[in-house]
Amino acid sequence: MKLILSAFLSALVFGVGLGIAGMTLPTKVIGFLDVTGAWDPSLAFVMIGAIAVHSVSYRMIMRRPSPVLTPKFLIPSRRDLDAKLLLGALIFGVGWGLGGFCPGPALVASVSGHASVLIFVASMVSGIYVHAGLMKFLNAKKR
Amino acid sequence: MDLNQFLLPLIGGAIIGFSASLLLLMNGRIFGISGILGGALLPSKGDTAWRFAALVGFLAAGFLLTVIYPEALAIKAEGPVGRYVAAGLLVGFGTQLGSGCTSGHGVCGISRLSPRSIAATLTFMTAGAATVALMRLFGGAL
Repeated sequence: MKLILSAFLSALVFGVGLGIAGMTLPTKVIGFLDVTGAWDPSLAFVMIGAIAVHSVSYRMIMRRPSPVLTPKFLIPSRRDLDAKLLLGALIFGVGWGLGGFCPGPALVASVSGHASVLIFVASMVSGIYVHAGLMKFLNAKKR
Repeated sequence: MDLNQFLLPLIGGAIIGFSASLLLLMNGRIFGISGILGGALLPSKGDTAWRFAALVGFLAAGFLLTVIYPEALAIKAEGPVGRYVAAGLLVGFGTQLGSGCTSGHGVCGISRLSPRSIAATLTFMTAGAATVALMRLFGGAL
């Protein structure tokens, strides 16, 4: 129950941060990506603020033997670059530039009821299932 | 220069960094939204409850913003429906294939200097900028 409450609270705070930062406005995001046009660099400060805080607190937290509510930290340990990672990031980037939404802001902004966000979120969910289906198909072929 | 233009993103970013730290400290998890969403939609490991709680948290944040900072949800999205269908499909598929998005790779991964996350972030930033540049070149409608 505590795990659920802390996940809810973390996401609530995260979502409010996204809204204050301007990440929930697709026009703002596209302005940030519009480096060859009317570039709006302000969203770079979102990343600067987030990384400034988290890079310090990450190191402090990881000095603990375990998290507060669970027996161990679950941190990705892979360091190698592979085609899946880079191709996935490339595809994500194209979609991000096209719509101006990434997953978190889209979920927060869906509350506005604006058709573009609702269509985006429904399509994003579909994209996740398409990926899962494709991986299942490819894995079945391998065997 | 309007100070708020930079101050609000900086404050919002700091709040994001704080919340990612909160989840790490309490639950021992990386705050990757595409991973949380993917894990909630395709339950396989039995640890889906906290993921759904996080998704509800994002919606609650939306409702809270409509009260405390409604400008955040004053969305002016342009262009045809197909644009958002394609964008959503690409974001959903790409984040799962690439194991992360702006939160997991961009914030958490870069904070712990993960080479995979640094490479992924550079890739999706470049791809996003290139896409907007191409839209500007051929479509005109931004």
